[in-house]
Amino acid sequence: MIVSIASGKGGTGKTSVAVNLAISLEGVQLLDCDVEEPNAHLLLHPKIIHEKPVYTPIPTLNEEMCDHCGKCASFCQYNAIFVGYKKVLIFPELCHGCGGCFLVCPKKAIVEGKHRIGTLKQGFVGNLELVYGELEVGEPMAVPLIREVKRHIDKGRNVIIDAPPGASCPVIETAKGSDFCILVSEPTLFGLYDLKTTVQVLRDMKIPLGVVVNKAGIGDRKVYEYCKEEGIPILLEIPFQRKIAELYSRGIPFIQEMQEWKEEFRRLFEDVKRLAGK
Amino acid sequence: MKICVSATADSLDAQVDPRFGRCPYFIIIDLETMQFEVIPNLASGAMGGAGIQAVQTIANKGAKVVITGNVGPNAFQALSAAGIKIVTGAHGTVREVVEKYKRGELKGTSAPTVGGHFGMGGGRGWRQRPW
Repeated sequence: MIVSIASGKGGTGKTSVAVNLAISLEGVQLLDCDVEEPNAHLLLHPKIIHEKPVYTPIPTLNEEMCDHCGKCASFCQYNAIFVGYKKVLIFPELCHGCGGCFLVCPKKAIVEGKHRIGTLKQGFVGNLELVYGELEVGEPMAVPLIREVKRHIDKGRNVIIDAPPGASCPVIETAKGSDFCILVSEPTLFGLYDLKTTVQVLRDMKIPLGVVVNKAGIGDRKVYEYCKEEGIPILLEIPFQRKIAELYSRGIPFIQEMQEWKEEFRRLFEDVKRLAGK
Repeated sequence: MKICVSATADSLDAQVDPRFGRCPYFIIIDLETMQFEVIPNLASGAMGGAGIQAVQTIANKGAKVVITGNVGPNAFQALSAAGIKIVTGAHGTVREVVEKYKRGELKGTSAPTVGGHFGMGGGRGWRQRPW
């Protein structure tokens, strides 16, 4: 079963939930798809056994063969190629790596080059496997790296995927193919606003979902009211507690020192399985 | 010679738009005859690379000079590659700046005048994380 963990709003506790859930279970695989700021490894301290650079294809030009017809530039939806009368410019940071320009060039003057967007890392903590991506600083395109991280999904195991915040392409790419999505929210207006957006996205994607309320006790009851109206199950509440925050700030998953939560997370996983029909 | 002015509307009396890549219209004027052509800027709503797409449009129309408020780094590179002279800091109506240009009162620039995403407006930055 593949369970993704998203939130909409950042800082609600996606990684805390993902990591604590992962170590409550046996032999799961955890993917950290928040490639702009991966942080599951900061809580897990895995032994990294494999590391590789990740590239996207970008156009490189064979100037002698180019007759400046401009077909590549007019094809490119991202304006990554400019064709002047005498000169062609390629903007790698705008390229989405679709490869269309190689195909439309009648002179075969465009060949595939590669542009490094990040690094893929794979490690272990006991029998828990962690796979994550680290996007290069200044690189705007997270999706190809997320795709590469997800290519390492081990279907023979339970897989937990930590998503980036937001509700745009990186989150959609991360949640795609999940059997269930846990939305971690906090009972604040910001939490609610972004939760609603993310619920709409996931419903369009037809992914079953439920909510974990983190920092319960702060804010108001509006997240609960919204979930009730929408028929969204509240799977777990984690209280707003100083001890949890302190452990987090020291890089320790809180269930390691608050063992009573292990059962809660196991129950959460059983509920998710049931709700996902697995 | 053809010159291009970024404009907020589709006539010679329109104000110069301070944004190059995301202005709504380009007005291309033949300096000899003062005949002009209005080109809607299809790049104004582009996700990214608006400046580059805008340069492609006006280069294909044969403009040799562009008069605008600001240009970003990508548009600057593309304009330079296309051999188009860049005049920034212009304001007033399109007609006024063309007259000023004819009298030699507007100077060219040799560097981008703003950073990327200048013309996108607050809150629309596509690289911002949605916190």
